[in-house]
Amino acid sequence: MDHYLLFLILAAVFGLFMAWGIGANDVANAMATSVGSRALTVKQAIVIAAVFEFCGAFLAGGQVTTTIRKGIVDADAFTGKPELLVYGMLSALLASGIWLLIASRKGWPVSTTHTIVGAVVGFAAVGVGVDAVQWGKVGTIVMSWVISPLLAGVIAFAIFTTIQRLILDTETPLDNAKKYGPVYILIVSFVIALLTLSKGLKHVGLGLSPGESLLAAIGFALVITAAGVILIRRVKVDPEADREFHFASVEKVFGVLMIFTASSMAFAHGSNDVANAVGPVAAVVSTVTASTHDVLQKSPLPVWVLLLGGVGIVIGLATYGYRVMLTVGEKITELTPSRGFSAELAAASTVVFASFTGLPVSTTHTLVGAVLGVGFARGIAALNLRVVGNIFMSWVVTLPVGGFLAIVFFYLFRALAP
Amino acid sequence: MSPKSYLTGLFGRSPIRPLQEHMTKVYACVKQLAPLFAAVVAEDHEKVADTQHWIAQLEREADGLKKNLRLQLPMGLFMPVDRRDLLDVLMMQDAIANQAKDIAGLIVGRHMTLPKEMHELFLKYGDRCLDAVVQAQKVINELDELVETGFRGIEVEHVKSMIKELNDIESDTDRVQVKLRDILYGLEDDLRPTDVIFTYQLIERVGNVADYAQRVGSRLELVLAK
Repeated sequence: MDHYLLFLILAAVFGLFMAWGIGANDVANAMATSVGSRALTVKQAIVIAAVFEFCGAFLAGGQVTTTIRKGIVDADAFTGKPELLVYGMLSALLASGIWLLIASRKGWPVSTTHTIVGAVVGFAAVGVGVDAVQWGKVGTIVMSWVISPLLAGVIAFAIFTTIQRLILDTETPLDNAKKYGPVYILIVSFVIALLTLSKGLKHVGLGLSPGESLLAAIGFALVITAAGVILIRRVKVDPEADREFHFASVEKVFGVLMIFTASSMAFAHGSNDVANAVGPVAAVVSTVTASTHDVLQKSPLPVWVLLLGGVGIVIGLATYGYRVMLTVGEKITELTPSRGFSAELAAASTVVFASFTGLPVSTTHTLVGAVLGVGFARGIAALNLRVVGNIFMSWVVTLPVGGFLAIVFFYLFRALAP
Repeated sequence: MSPKSYLTGLFGRSPIRPLQEHMTKVYACVKQLAPLFAAVVAEDHEKVADTQHWIAQLEREADGLKKNLRLQLPMGLFMPVDRRDLLDVLMMQDAIANQAKDIAGLIVGRHMTLPKEMHELFLKYGDRCLDAVVQAQKVINELDELVETGFRGIEVEHVKSMIKELNDIESDTDRVQVKLRDILYGLEDDLRPTDVIFTYQLIERVGNVADYAQRVGSRLELVLAK
């Protein structure tokens, strides 16, 4: 294939643009509950997001990237005409990036995941042929969009109920918060570590056997939990605040716990949503290199592509995302740390699990599902259900718009192609 | 370009704090009944008039808070407490302040004085009715703790016992009310008949303050039972 360098550069630029968009808006939403419940300052949230988004993308982002890269389109349909795949993936990136930019400015609840999937399906189905789409896989993905918020809601409901039983609804909520808080950290860090390790970290030069993975996960979880215990010990009781609101000190413990769930959220988001930017880039890169080396679609995911996604997200966060976070922090004041903790724990677990299975889900929608789950446990003073309606509407709009834009760009690229 | 995040839209403004603020204002208003009654007993008409203005002013302020809260509770808001129940609680709180305003108006309008024989018990009666409002306010102040615990368990039992105490206070006021009526009945022949009628009315209205305070509690009890 000619002009492969041009394609590589375009892919990198568009991918960076898309990753920037994700960092600018999506990440802020993922961190919103932490900032809103005052568990983290905006600065802290940005640092945590930057570090863990990057880790998530780099360490656990491979599966979803593979799905976006070659799970939605059927590689066989492009045999003999690999340039179509390149045009298509470039169009999908550009279409999604632009749509996200518009939606972010308008404050529409648009999911990056839905946009990119819509765009990829769009260019493949219309530009190449209906058979070029692996409809079975697409069906699974769409199902996962319904299931992930529901699952997160159920988990959040369950987690919040255990918090009520074990901590809030007891004679000594503060002691119990200090006692059981680390247990939650232990479980969540173990699960996330195990899921991440079991899919292998070969690309960072760390190949572990299942037994070693298990041991490493246990070790990791214990270290994290120890850190949690130390931080929780440092929580000071404020008798003045406790008189005003009896659970003030208890909530301070949850504020500490939220540092860990916020990190998990950022990690989960990185592991799943970064693929929306990285996947198409990877597809272009592998197609281009395959054509020059006569190996089709066999090349593993290049590490620099994952790095590109991670860097793009951090730039987006630093240049624009922090402003979104500031607004979010000002507006969500009704969420207390114990609720934010339940919601984030549920959402992060669900998303990391989805990343593990290679399903691209929407982190924000999952988080919304989790928040509603806490609400159904009578935990949140007021929730505006109309937002849920808006989210549903955004699905209906985003898929065709993403697809349509991608189709337009696809034909444009083909017409302009040298 | 102002950054937006739709997640912020998900969280409605909690009605709990505004409801508590309204109750605080209602109590500030009703509390003025104590100096008002003292002034009536002392036949200090200037003080009576002053206090009446104060009460009317505070009642207006409470009214403003009530309207704001109502506007803040659109349909489609998902809350741990039923919207209807919240509005009912608000209505009862509002009735307490209204009653105080009417009492002050009645006293000023009719230049009321009380027979000496009633003075001591009437002041006690007034205080006891205010106790009921204080207790109702305490109950309302537990609402954020109730939300925190998700309306279950120990906190619910705690609030229920507070409501029981509120009911006891209200029963107390009922007993005092009967005694006051007895005294007034014995004095009827020596008083102007119209004064007698309105004194009965005053006794009843002061009792209503405790009665509405109790209803705030019983409304909330219904919420807890759900």
